[in-house]
Amino acid sequence: MNRIESVNDFVIRFANVNGSGSASANNLFARAVFRAGVPVSPKNIFPSNIQGLPTWYEVRVSGDGFLGRRGGIDMTVAINGQTMQKDYHDLLPGGYYLYDSSKQLPEDFQRDDVIVIGIPLTRLCSEEFSNPKLRQLLKNIIYVGALAFLLDIELALFTDSVTRQFKKKPKLAEPNIRALEIGFNYASEHYQDTCGLTITKTDKLGDDILMDGNSAFALGAIYGGATVAGWYPITPSTSVIEAFDRYSKTFRIEKDTGRSKVAILQAEDELAAIGIAIGAAWNGSRSFTPTSGPGISLMNEFLGLAYFAEIPVVVVDIQRAGPSTGMPTRTQQADLLSCAYASHGDTKNVLLFPCDPRECFELGAAAFDLAERLQTPIIVMSDLDLGMNDHVCGPLSWDDSRKYDRGKVLSYEDLETRHEKWGRYLDVDGDGICFRTYPGTHPTKGAYFTRGTSHTEYSAYTEESSVYKAGMERLLVKWDTAKTLVPSPRTKIRDPKKNIALVFYGTTTHAAYEAMARLEKRGTVTNSMRIRAFPFQDEVINFIDQHQQVFVIEQNRDAQLRTLLIAENSISPTKLQSVLNFDGLPITADFITEKISALLEAGSTAGKKQP
Amino acid sequence: MTSTKPAFRHPKLAQNSLGLTRKDYEGAVSTLCAGCGHDSTTNAIIQACFELNIEPHRVAKMSGIGCSSKTPAYFLDRSHGFNAVHGRMPSIATGANMANRDLLYIGISGDGDTASIGMGQFAHALRRNLNLNYICMNNGCYGLTKGQDSATADMGSTGKRGIPNPYASIDLCELAIELGASYVARGFSGDKKQLVPLIKGAFAHSGLAFIDVISPCVTFNNTSTSTKSYEYVREHIEATNTFDFIPLQREILTDYAEGTTQEVIMHDGSIIHLHKVDSKEDVTNRLNSVNKLEEEKAKGRLLTGLLYVNQQIRETHDILNTSLRPLNSLTENDLCPGNTELQKINDSLR
Repeated sequence: MNRIESVNDFVIRFANVNGSGSASANNLFARAVFRAGVPVSPKNIFPSNIQGLPTWYEVRVSGDGFLGRRGGIDMTVAINGQTMQKDYHDLLPGGYYLYDSSKQLPEDFQRDDVIVIGIPLTRLCSEEFSNPKLRQLLKNIIYVGALAFLLDIELALFTDSVTRQFKKKPKLAEPNIRALEIGFNYASEHYQDTCGLTITKTDKLGDDILMDGNSAFALGAIYGGATVAGWYPITPSTSVIEAFDRYSKTFRIEKDTGRSKVAILQAEDELAAIGIAIGAAWNGSRSFTPTSGPGISLMNEFLGLAYFAEIPVVVVDIQRAGPSTGMPTRTQQADLLSCAYASHGDTKNVLLFPCDPRECFELGAAAFDLAERLQTPIIVMSDLDLGMNDHVCGPLSWDDSRKYDRGKVLSYEDLETRHEKWGRYLDVDGDGICFRTYPGTHPTKGAYFTRGTSHTEYSAYTEESSVYKAGMERLLVKWDTAKTLVPSPRTKIRDPKKNIALVFYGTTTHAAYEAMARLEKRGTVTNSMRIRAFPFQDEVINFIDQHQQVFVIEQNRDAQLRTLLIAENSISPTKLQSVLNFDGLPITADFITEKISALLEAGSTAGKKQP
Repeated sequence: MTSTKPAFRHPKLAQNSLGLTRKDYEGAVSTLCAGCGHDSTTNAIIQACFELNIEPHRVAKMSGIGCSSKTPAYFLDRSHGFNAVHGRMPSIATGANMANRDLLYIGISGDGDTASIGMGQFAHALRRNLNLNYICMNNGCYGLTKGQDSATADMGSTGKRGIPNPYASIDLCELAIELGASYVARGFSGDKKQLVPLIKGAFAHSGLAFIDVISPCVTFNNTSTSTKSYEYVREHIEATNTFDFIPLQREILTDYAEGTTQEVIMHDGSIIHLHKVDSKEDVTNRLNSVNKLEEEKAKGRLLTGLLYVNQQIRETHDILNTSLRPLNSLTENDLCPGNTELQKINDSLR
């Protein structure tokens, strides 16, 4: 049998029962790999449940720095009796199956191409620890200790993490370190030279960090100056507000009074959540609401109001698998159309597409500037994979000389010295953006009536067709202005002849880059464009125009980005071929590579003519 | 079409202590039907603001959708107004209030806007005790869509459509008290003498002041068979108390017999003096207030006046312990932790 041999390049899947405390053990493992300087990408695949159902934690280790899902499993840590069988069968040939050997493996586990590693976790744990609650948790730590030996990772990387984690409760660190040692020792006594997977320290990561996207967005909102947040609990967006609350307690408490420089309100539903954000934004506070697909559906009416009455508000959509309640704990990029055109009537919203936590931070902070500059809703399109999983990314940084762009707002002095007549919806600069005022600014000037009904340039109610039409057309001028302000795409040109291009966005990025490298090894050189915003700039359209064949890679069924590209820019549908993953799990490099190879082959046999 | 009023006014109009006349508190000409109860309510709001010497630009007017929600265009045209979406005035008011606690907020809604589509937001604004003067202009019907029954229409009441309402009605005042409101009153658009002090008290109150104003719809629900008609309300009204509002602890002069008044000191130091029909009634007792409403209802009477007040319940900003500075006045220096802190966070993530 050929066992899998690999240094710094493999996938380990942990199969656990949710609510058993496995998350912290598995995080400990991923962080130790990270601290060894090896690029690592952990993904939580968890149920919509609190306790008792299967949950998996898939850790991709990639010395080459590929951070998307690869596909395939080289080692399984099988702790969940319910899924043992499936986990066993899902292993690649030559893979490793680590299980709790306190109980014998069932007889039908007869693969001859799998290396079985039995560690009697329950027995070892019971022998050492008497507290039943602690036993449950430490059983998980024991297998982490065993992995440290099997994969040849310095035990100190784990013990340091534990010490750091329990800095304030050193008494809790002790049993954790003991559990690590038990696992490590048992594996070293019984499984010398068994495992062909190895972690070797590198300095690949430089000053990179390991962070989840939701915390990063929350930090972006703190740095971006958000002071009001309305929210309603919904997976997978809830940890945005938890992080925002946590950071607020660190950074937003007035030293002299102990009072908070932020108002966070748990609303009665998503309608109220965005209503709170819009009310605050109207009154001059930077505000946001985090949500997911079902919340976006509920927020539609208010998004239309904010679009038409021109109120800056930031929404972050941590997308999950729809439609309806869908798979609440699985990932997708399936809200593009519902966000881009959210609300009845002719409505278009600006979307931003971060691909990693650093961009969640940067685009998160930038969203507040954009919202106030454009006086319109900005929707940051994250997803469950990005929001809830830890990702390796470059360090966060902030230019201390940066000023918030509060957009076109008239102060008391402006109103005093202004000679021409002011109109809330009067476009004096030709960019489609008008000057606004905050309530309470001036005793006699600058008051206006905000409404979702049609209005004149001076914000009076009107049903005059020409006035209504002019207002709607001005919003298109603003839409064009938005194109000049939103983040530009990132392109990679490897083939100057511009034959084949890959277009993608958000969390598809990492697997797509890996697929490109693999295609190149097979002799297919491709160019790529990572779209970072909607509306699309000319640059996006030109890039597509210049290529012969364009693959649009997305994580939804209906090719939503492709639809947007066709609808907004008259790109010929025949030019854009879709590569779509919508099974609720993060897209893999395997899938993209094979799909594109197959499409290319089909294209060449059909005489390069695509249906 | 919103139109403006003729600018001419009597040159010797009375001025308040800010040097403003009543005209400075007016808005555009109403486009509601002639005789609409809402216009009288609008006038009561104007009167209350004028007499309280409120700076018009320090008020923000919020509303939902419906005839009632149009009225913010008809008063305080030096104030910013926000006509939001149907039933969602409370959330917009909540956000606005969080952004700037220094302004006064008046929220105008109707019975459809509050008791049906906006019931959830109404309930939760009350729970949070948002510092808001919430006025519901209640006419028991949907005026803008031509007279359908609303959820506050009494069972059996028959409007212009001629079909008796078969459903139980919602009593917004009783509900408000049960949901934790801190100031609950009921007025009648036809009784300005009672309504103006109720609105003044609401402005002085810290927290959510809810006023249910019975405000007849002359076009669709002023029939002889409607319980929300001018005639019916006038005949069945029962005032729980008469009402003096004394701003900011001015000298109190009372000519009522001892034992029949109850004094309520408002958060800002203003005083409400209630002169009660029955000296045993206590408007700070929730149980008593709900019982009283039910008792009068059983007698076929509509109880009005200040029904319940509780100055002990904290308003939203106090619950959240937010800064005393308006959040919308904070700048980068107040809000952005800077790069040094960010580098520490980076370190903690390695």
